[in-house]
Amino acid sequence: MLSRPSLLLCEKKKEERKVKANDREYNEKFQYASNCIMTSKYNMLTFLPVNLFEQFQEVANTYFLFLLILQLIPQISSLSWFTTIVPLALVLSITAVKDATDDYFRHRSDNQVNNHQSQVLIRGSLQKERWMNVRVGDIIKLENNQSVVADLLLLSSSEPHGLCYIETAELDGETNVKVRQSVSVPAELGDPNNLATFNGEVVCEPPNNKLDRFCGTLYWRDKKYPLTNQNMLLRGCVLRNTEACYGLVIFAGPDTKLMQNSGRTKFKRTSIDRLMNTLVLWIFGFLVCMGVILAVGNAVWEKEVGSLFQSYLPWDPPVDNFLFSAFLSFWSYVIILNTVVPISLYVSVEVIRLGHSYFINWDRQMFCSQCNTAAEARTTTLNEELGQVEYVFSDKTGTLTQNIMSFNKCSINGQAYGKGTSREKNTLDFTPFNPLANPDFCFYDEKLLESVKVGDWHSHEYFRLLSLCHTVMSEEKSEGELVYKAQSPDEGALVKAARNFGFVFRSRTPGTITTTELGRTVTYSLLAILDFNNIRKRMSVIVRNPAGRIRLYCKGADTVLLERLHPCNQELMTITSDHLNEYAADGLRTLALAYRDVSEEEWEVWSESHRSADKAVDCREDRLAAAYDKIEQDMMLLGATAIEDKLQEGVSETIALLSLANIKVWVLTGDKQETAVNIGYSCKMLTDDMMEVFTISGRTVQSVRQELGSASFPGNGFREGQEGDGVAGDDQLQGSPCPLPPTYLMDNISGEFGLIINGHSLAHALEADMEVEFVSTACACKAVICCRVTPLQKAQVVELIKKHKKAVTLAIGDGANDVSMIKSAHIGVGISGQEGIQAVLASDYSFAQFRFLQRLLLVHGRWSYLRMCRFLCYFFYKNFAFTMVHFWFGFFCGFSAQTVYDQFFITLYNIVYTSLPVLAMGIFDQDVPDHRSLECPKLYEPGQLNLLFNKKEFFICIAQGIYTSVVLFFMPYAVLSNATQSTGVPLADYQTFAATTATALVIVVSVQIALDTGFWTVINHVFVWGSLGLYFTIMLALHSQTLFRIFPKQFHFVGCAQSTLLQPVVWLTIALATAICIVPVLAFRFLKLDLKPQLSDTVRTHLRKPAESRLGARGGSRSGYAFAHQEGFGELITSGKNMRLSSLGLASFASRHSSSWIETLRRKNTPPKEPCSSFL
Amino acid sequence: MVKEEEDSSNRPDNTAFTQQRLPAWQPILSAGIVIPGFVLIGLAFIGIGVGLFLTSRDIQVLEMDYTGADGSSPCSVCYNLADKNCVCTMSFSIDSLIKGPVFFYYGLTNYFQNQRRYGVSRDDKQLYGDTSNFASPNSECAPYQYISNVPIVPCGSVANSMFNDTFELFKNVNGQSLPVPLDGKGIAWWTDYNVKFQNPNVTPLINAFNGTVRPPFWSKNVYELDTTDASNNGFINQDFLVWMRRAALPDFRKLYRRITDGDYSAGLPAGNYSLKIHYNYPVNGFGGKKKVVFSNVSWMGGKNEFLGIAYLVIGSLCVVMSVVMLIVYAKFKFPEDN
Repeated sequence: MLSRPSLLLCEKKKEERKVKANDREYNEKFQYASNCIMTSKYNMLTFLPVNLFEQFQEVANTYFLFLLILQLIPQISSLSWFTTIVPLALVLSITAVKDATDDYFRHRSDNQVNNHQSQVLIRGSLQKERWMNVRVGDIIKLENNQSVVADLLLLSSSEPHGLCYIETAELDGETNVKVRQSVSVPAELGDPNNLATFNGEVVCEPPNNKLDRFCGTLYWRDKKYPLTNQNMLLRGCVLRNTEACYGLVIFAGPDTKLMQNSGRTKFKRTSIDRLMNTLVLWIFGFLVCMGVILAVGNAVWEKEVGSLFQSYLPWDPPVDNFLFSAFLSFWSYVIILNTVVPISLYVSVEVIRLGHSYFINWDRQMFCSQCNTAAEARTTTLNEELGQVEYVFSDKTGTLTQNIMSFNKCSINGQAYGKGTSREKNTLDFTPFNPLANPDFCFYDEKLLESVKVGDWHSHEYFRLLSLCHTVMSEEKSEGELVYKAQSPDEGALVKAARNFGFVFRSRTPGTITTTELGRTVTYSLLAILDFNNIRKRMSVIVRNPAGRIRLYCKGADTVLLERLHPCNQELMTITSDHLNEYAADGLRTLALAYRDVSEEEWEVWSESHRSADKAVDCREDRLAAAYDKIEQDMMLLGATAIEDKLQEGVSETIALLSLANIKVWVLTGDKQETAVNIGYSCKMLTDDMMEVFTISGRTVQSVRQELGSASFPGNGFREGQEGDGVAGDDQLQGSPCPLPPTYLMDNISGEFGLIINGHSLAHALEADMEVEFVSTACACKAVICCRVTPLQKAQVVELIKKHKKAVTLAIGDGANDVSMIKSAHIGVGISGQEGIQAVLASDYSFAQFRFLQRLLLVHGRWSYLRMCRFLCYFFYKNFAFTMVHFWFGFFCGFSAQTVYDQFFITLYNIVYTSLPVLAMGIFDQDVPDHRSLECPKLYEPGQLNLLFNKKEFFICIAQGIYTSVVLFFMPYAVLSNATQSTGVPLADYQTFAATTATALVIVVSVQIALDTGFWTVINHVFVWGSLGLYFTIMLALHSQTLFRIFPKQFHFVGCAQSTLLQPVVWLTIALATAICIVPVLAFRFLKLDLKPQLSDTVRTHLRKPAESRLGARGGSRSGYAFAHQEGFGELITSGKNMRLSSLGLASFASRHSSSWIETLRRKNTPPKEPCSSFL
Repeated sequence: MVKEEEDSSNRPDNTAFTQQRLPAWQPILSAGIVIPGFVLIGLAFIGIGVGLFLTSRDIQVLEMDYTGADGSSPCSVCYNLADKNCVCTMSFSIDSLIKGPVFFYYGLTNYFQNQRRYGVSRDDKQLYGDTSNFASPNSECAPYQYISNVPIVPCGSVANSMFNDTFELFKNVNGQSLPVPLDGKGIAWWTDYNVKFQNPNVTPLINAFNGTVRPPFWSKNVYELDTTDASNNGFINQDFLVWMRRAALPDFRKLYRRITDGDYSAGLPAGNYSLKIHYNYPVNGFGGKKKVVFSNVSWMGGKNEFLGIAYLVIGSLCVVMSVVMLIVYAKFKFPEDN
């Protein structure tokens, strides 16, 4: 229906794609992409130029290239070109190696995909062909469970009516089975022989990335057939429940919708990254200032001294006045002072992050053995941000919950069965009773099995209903090995329960349902399915049993169903209602079940009215609903089901721990309010300690505003003087419309309130004029649950917090609907090892269980942040200490840009002498062991408050660096200027001075890194001592005669090392400089430790002492369902009856949609005489 | 996208490294280490400082400015270098014996041997005796690379500006001036003399310098710098080596001679001396100062009071700091421990 207008739209466009089946010559004219996938970026030849081009797009690399060019100008060159080119080459090659490795793996996976086998119909016969050789216009045969090769137009299928079933998990994350149908006419092309001669031509839209849309026309035998998305099998889908099908390749390779969708994800940067970039800019500014100061100095010097000194040192030929000299001197100083922003900074940061990522990948405590999935850091550039998270946005289904529904309790004819998931009781063993039982099924009440065994009519009818009234597809691979394909997990659980209690759903056809009832095979003819929708909240089937009796079975929300019962059910209804309330209170998902006998005459009448309603042109939906409504009356109540939506392991502990770490957890779910709230209680986000839980569910702007207003006005309930744990986000609350509470009061109450907001209210709350109010209210609440939100709204909420709170956000989810949220949050986490991989693909980190989040944040994130901060502090320090010495020396060498050190020392300082110890610290450092940071979540706070590396810390590091440089220059200056060797030779020659300063510098920064390293592993020892050893070895080598004899010009420091290092005065100078640099630091740190200890210091100092356990909840997990809290909670939910609403199938509205589509399809495409459509 | 690794377990290895459980030493700045450490360092520094200070105090230094910038100086006649080969004589007396060996330095101030352009203006290959660089000196020597296309050897500003004042020391005994023997051997670095600077392998040496010209400021050729000792010529001339070793700072002194021979092996005895200065080196143009220094040395080199004082100060500060830390520790830490 949709196809015609959209087809018109397509035809308006100029571009269109023409594909002729079985005609490669014709199609080759258009040069369509082949089915070969290329995700790799380079090949052997292009790697070097392309990779270099990409790398020089980085500002830092270009800057260093610019420096290199400057150095090639002799008048400016204050340093040999190799001081820049060696580090630059090293940096470029490390990056290139990393890129090459990445690309190699892409090549490998491309090859793997491209070399899959497929069956292609070539000249009338099926031939094996690699995926990459499939061309547009080929006809492909697909078999069950095969992946779709390219975007295909479905031509024929082994299933009736040209239907075929696909799973689209890889495309959209939905695991439910969807239906596609072949184009109406070629459906008769059942066998390959007919297809081989098929020469239809498809004219369609050009490749695009819209997964749900396709329009085109098939021209065949002078007829036009409209094509829509429902005729397409897209690459990435998997064929299910379909023996085989044939398809015509329309889009191949990069043109497929899957590939068109795999756009690059937005590049994320951490706040440290941004800070680092700012600081680097400041440093550039600082560099320019230094350059200017020194250039002015040079001008003055050249004018006052240099011009007079010209007899001994004439100006270089191009220099004719002091101003030009100063200009050159500026650039010369830019060259020698550039080491304040060392090339190796960015590469070192990347290396450290890579190391941290590997630690995440390697962590066995984040490995899920059930699904054999280890945690994975998919993005290696965000690790330290994990230590700064303030807001966690979590999906519910599949993230907090397992998305496993278990049939937990039931009420049959007023009798309640089931004892919940208690550990003491043994599960029922069904096997002796029922060979078809599924051993995975657990139920804890043998009374029910007894009642089935003794033949209780109600029990039988109850399970019969469950085995008949559903839309589950079954697949029986071998006798008794049944696999159910349910479109919602709730339904699957119900059918599975019926199966275990002896009412086994075996198979269905459009007109029949075959079951095995207590060992006896029964086939019911299916007369009608009265489908589920959100308004009806129920579904029914009308079946005729072998004895010929017609019965309607109905299951649905109790609110709806209980109204439609026969009046004689009053008593049973009361009892069942009580049970339903009880179940709802336990956080279970409930459904009521009922049946109705339909007489033959009644059926005739109704089916006639139904048929006319079905054929109606206008208001068809309404009229159908009315028809359904007519027969779903006066039903007899059978009972109720209660399904447990199982929480993932450790969810409540994790949430408790995160909230102790001052991380606010928001649940954003597409689920209904009631379900979401229940889960909120069961995972202890909402507790009965809470002062109040606000619910915002208004549908209009005014009502939402009003509700928000009342929520942000905490009233008289809060107590003063409570322990305020919220320090973060105090000033943000200034914008709160609530005039009463000063910020500290808002902090105090932050532990006391919960907020639940509905999707339709959220839409208003997110509008520009209300968002500030919403944010301030929501952030004052400890727990926020947004229910019924769309994927887009999830992203909007995340964006809102990013915008208003300047806090680091983390989004965690498992499904395609979480992708937008995962992408927009600072950090996206995907739950892996389950259904769709869409969320994982979009995520930065993935692991199998929600509970691993605590380890990811509190252990890995915290460490990463700590390490990165320590690394940066030290790195800036050591480079300032190193570089600023040149500045001081400038005042004594006529501002001539003379370096203090040997040029080799300058080349190697950052990449050899001082790189490894700080890298080791950046990768391995630990202040407290991992279990401590889990036991003491407060340790996470410095990261959130950004205490360890910020502008202030940066200035402290810089100040320390400058102080060190002063000491390093002026101590040798003061000592050596008059000192001599014991042979009387003065020590104040340039080379001795250079060697002394350099040695002192290396020793001081090594001692400093030794002080900064808190966790000395073997590697740290090797690197620290090794670097020192390496320094002396290399220095002796560089100052050796051998090298001098080969390159006299470069190695003119010959003999300097031996001469210098043998002088006691030199060592006394070094010791003095080290002491002056280190002693104040040591004293300062010691005093700080005593006067103002950090929590981590305390924990570290008292490692032996058992830390106070802040987690009351740790240890045995309570029975998951927290409706023990109901007393405080009940009145908050607007009506008690809402609590009992069924939630069947709502988790995946889309699946419902497509299941109803099956019916629509059948109705449309089958002649009326067919039995399955006779009543539709 | 196609994952087919279900069979093999993906469980990460359980090693101390991958699980970040490497055994590690975790030092803590505890009072038990820091405070005694400070005391120890402080005491050690004070000890060294006292030693250095006493050693340094024993070293005798005699320093004389002979620039002649002010009219009272005997060398003021030479200050403007009106006539070549100007000679002036400075008289001085020594009150007590300067213990030997005594070293005789010349010093320059406001002289920028550490200027970058000055420093690079040399050809180390040429100085290494590489005759190919005789014909075409390094371009960094410019403008002392060629004189009207004849290459300069040794080229460059450093060599060109070689200090060429010479001194003779006399002891005045009973109205007689007895020359004090000055030893110019071994005043340069061993590596400079033996490795870094080499005469070209040509005999006689003069032949190596055919087709070259001496630096413009020089009055003698490099192969005839020392007329008294033929082996002390060319690039390995000791005075040349000393000059070529750049000073790090604009005020510097360089070793001129040792006084070790004969009667003076025990030092310079008390008495009156006169220093005859062949004043050739102009410093008036840039306001520099010239001086001579007589000094003896100890095990740790020449007079160096700063080092001893600095050690004493730092040592004392460490001790003071340790006391402060002890007080702070006692005041803030002990109650908490209880």
